Amino acid sequence: MPDVRMKVWRGDATGGAFVDFTVPADEGMVVLDVVHRIQATHAPDLAVRWNCKAGKCGSCSAEINGHPKLMCMTRMNTFAPDEEITVSPLKTFPVVKDLVTDVSFNYEKAKTIPAFKPKPKEADGTRRMYQEDIERVQEFHKCIECFLCQDVCHVIRDHEENKPSFSGPRYFVRLAALEMHPLDTNDRIDLARLKHGLGYCNITKCCTDVCPEDIHITDNAIIPLKERIVTRTYDPIAWALRRMRGKSADLGAGEPEPPSA
Amino acid sequence: MAEYETHDFDVVVIGAGGAGLRAAIEASAMGVKTALVCKSLLGKAHTVMAEGGIAAAMGNVWKEDNWKVHFRDTMRGGKLLNNWRMAQLHAQEAPDRVLELEEWGALFDRTNDGLILQRDFGGHRYARLAHVGDRTGLEMIRTLQDHAVHRGIDVFMECTLYRLLTDDGRISGAFGYWRQSGKFVLFRAKAIVLATGGVGKSWKITSNSWEYTGDGHAMALDAGADLMDMEMTQFHPTGMVWPTSVRGILVTEGVRGDGGTLKNSKGDRFMFRYVPDFFRAETADTEEEADRWYEDKRNNRRTPDLLPRDEVARAINTEVKAGRGSPHGGVFLDIASRRSSDYIKRRLPSMYHQFMELADVDITKTAMEVGPTLHYIMGGVRVDADSAQSTVPGLFAAGEVAAGMHGANRLGGNSLSDLLVFGRRAGLYAAEYAKRVPQAPRVDDRQVDAAATGMLAPFERREGGENPYAVHADLIAAMQELVGIIRTKSELEEAITRIHAMRERARRAGVTGSRIYNPGWHLALDLLTMLTVSEAVAMSALARQESRGGHTRDDYPRPDPQWGKKNVILRRRDGELSLVTEPLPEVPAELRPLIGEDKPTGKVALEPVAAAGAKE
Ligand SMILES: Cc1cc2nc3c(=O)[nH]c(=O)nc-3n(C[C@H](O)[C@H](O)[C@H](O)COP(=O)(O)OP(=O)(O)OC[C@H]3O[C@@H](n4cnc5c(N)ncnc54)[C@H](O)[C@@H]3O)c2cc1C
Ligand code: SF4
Ligand code: SF4
Ligand code: FES
Repeated sequence: MPDVRMKVWRGDATGGAFVDFTVPADEGMVVLDVVHRIQATHAPDLAVRWNCKAGKCGSCSAEINGHPKLMCMTRMNTFAPDEEITVSPLKTFPVVKDLVTDVSFNYEKAKTIPAFKPKPKEADGTRRMYQEDIERVQEFHKCIECFLCQDVCHVIRDHEENKPSFSGPRYFVRLAALEMHPLDTNDRIDLARLKHGLGYCNITKCCTDVCPEDIHITDNAIIPLKERIVTRTYDPIAWALRRMRGKSADLGAGEPEPPSA
Repeated sequence: MAEYETHDFDVVVIGAGGAGLRAAIEASAMGVKTALVCKSLLGKAHTVMAEGGIAAAMGNVWKEDNWKVHFRDTMRGGKLLNNWRMAQLHAQEAPDRVLELEEWGALFDRTNDGLILQRDFGGHRYARLAHVGDRTGLEMIRTLQDHAVHRGIDVFMECTLYRLLTDDGRISGAFGYWRQSGKFVLFRAKAIVLATGGVGKSWKITSNSWEYTGDGHAMALDAGADLMDMEMTQFHPTGMVWPTSVRGILVTEGVRGDGGTLKNSKGDRFMFRYVPDFFRAETADTEEEADRWYEDKRNNRRTPDLLPRDEVARAINTEVKAGRGSPHGGVFLDIASRRSSDYIKRRLPSMYHQFMELADVDITKTAMEVGPTLHYIMGGVRVDADSAQSTVPGLFAAGEVAAGMHGANRLGGNSLSDLLVFGRRAGLYAAEYAKRVPQAPRVDDRQVDAAATGMLAPFERREGGENPYAVHADLIAAMQELVGIIRTKSELEEAITRIHAMRERARRAGVTGSRIYNPGWHLALDLLTMLTVSEAVAMSALARQESRGGHTRDDYPRPDPQWGKKNVILRRRDGELSLVTEPLPEVPAELRPLIGEDKPTGKVALEPVAAAGAKE
């Protein structure tokens, strides 16, 4: 097989540039394989994250020819033979080194989402839920936390200043998963607007386009959340009904439990 | 003197997979100050990749199921080498641990009456695996992760611990480095829970990730703890074999549980020729009966495609060697002929996706090519069954890094349940232990300095040293070739000789670049760990002169009743590894009838066992 050529961004927080590499090709190679081969033969200190090599862990996110993608699921045969291939780190997060970025933003946002709080069990001690009632939430649970949707979202991609007040599509999916969970009793609707910045989203759908798990982030998570906010804000009857159905609308109760340490 | 930051905790949990997360949740619930440390980002541990499900005798699909049957299946699947007490606790407690996940927000697939659905898996008499399609591990790790985040556990991500510290034979802390900055970090701790997972990165064909370098095994050994039955490695029968770059990636047993059958190049369902006597009574002996079993499980016996993994892996190995393999050196796994496209996409979405994207194969239309891949290690740190404490006071171990629970072969689905049951126990007893320790542990500066000096040595050699990637490539080739599915004395001896030579090379490894996120440096350090663990496996495999479960010896092809009563123990004293055997704890009289009186006998299937059509 002919060799493969790839331009990989190398550098750190202070700056960097694309470096050209050529390595022998193998059948069925993905971008991550090429990066590993570069490591083993040319650049032993080339920094890259990965774990499963099968699209299941969400570690190997990068921008391939400028598109946010999983390196382990991007086959080399999807490029034309003489096409230039560039691999660079996610743009929305600060670079640590080479292809590795500091994604702690996401883990901080996760902490601010109130925990799951189940209602009491059935009289017979079980929890009965039917497949059709959980299918929507199961779609959200497919999220592998690759943060590609976070990377592509223009609200934070080019606007560092929005980060404190905008949690990003991954966390809208998480909010929706909790809100639509058949057993959950916490209420996060007001929080979604006030604290997580759902209002900043203008439904460009870029997040949905890049999601490797095919989660319909905008149609199934963001839009229903927005609708709930609208109903909440303009429809006091629906709000009261909701309260009666057991969801507490008290914003305070929705705050995360204070960490003990 | 090395520079480092210092943290003080009651309990430090090393590892944030299922076992580590569950341990940390329990320890912090006990009110002790708890840290959770992991090499990757939170949520990326191996547990996230688990596909098929969590085994627990909840009886939602089969009312007949209960802990006793689960205990029996686990013991028989482990070829009776299991620690019976661990197998019992596991079978008894697994259902509660699964229901607890539901309390914390997990959403398992449902039965028609709204309960948790359970699926068939190899070696389990009843459909027993709670699951979410074929992404059960993701559901489990995310549930635990989200639960842990709200409990105020301090999480240290991308932080690799490299040495355990001891004070007068007791645990006093652990020392390692931040992957991102390369800076050193010291944890002073009253108790430590190892939940570091397995060892697969020392083999060429493996389903395991870069994290599986056996750090917990090696750190425990160096701290004076016993390792047990390290020869017991599991080759999962169905890894991908093609294209080359995905070789070893797992194909879940759920494919067979949901209707997939194995065939050789002649279209033969060869598994019928490899049914050992030990499992004959419960296995279909005709294709007709096996086919009927998929539709009517009550009145038919199960298909031999779902024999325990060691049996299936050996059978595939034999078929390929006999020239009846698929074009790329595996066999065929066919679900398309039995199930509709919709069914396959709904039950096995990630398998569908994985083959479509990585191999251009549509599994709803064509058969997959599969072959054995190093998947799991049953051996590991020797622990007390109830408390999960190792032979070193203050050091606990749970999950894949611990030994005993699975004996000579693990049943599918029994790992995720093991993580929950023993993760919880390790966290609980570590916290209790920490509460009993009167004063803060003393850390010996000399231990820290020695570790730090060793860790920085590769930077001094720089380009002049050995390339760690090259040594690693040689190690995985040697382990694949010499310590594989079928083993023999001369090859194991050769492996040990080569490991010694590679250790000399690894000690001369050099790295370039800075300490900031430097994979070459990380690998240079991991290499020494992998060599320790590889030597432990090879030595134990050489010692056990019989074939049992995941350990098959060409020169001793039968299980030996005497060996069946022994554990192989490795320990390090004054720098030297020593190996002894110790008696396996005996199953108490009241539990024996549950298992059945028969013992695994007969030559293992190095060739087809049944006469019909065997010699072609
Ligand atoms: C593809 C695949 C599918 C599987 N499917 C199933 C299934 O369906 N059912 C089932 O029961 N089992 C399954 N298994 C097996 C099961 O997933 C694993 O055995 C199990 O997840 C191991 O869990 P653990 O908690 O012991 O370790 P892991 O989840 O591997 O976690 C280990 C942790 O330790 C950390 N660590 C390691 N070394 C260090 C160090 N030196 N310093 C700091 N941290 C460290 C790692 O970063 C990681 O966080 C599967 C395995 C694979 C690979
Ligand atoms: S749809 Fe909303 S969340 Fe998604 S990328 Fe566009 S602005 Fe961001
Ligand atoms: S929602 Fe999709 S794109 Fe976003 S983090 Fe999850 S898997 Fe990745
Ligand atoms: S390595 Fe896990 S998603 Fe790519």
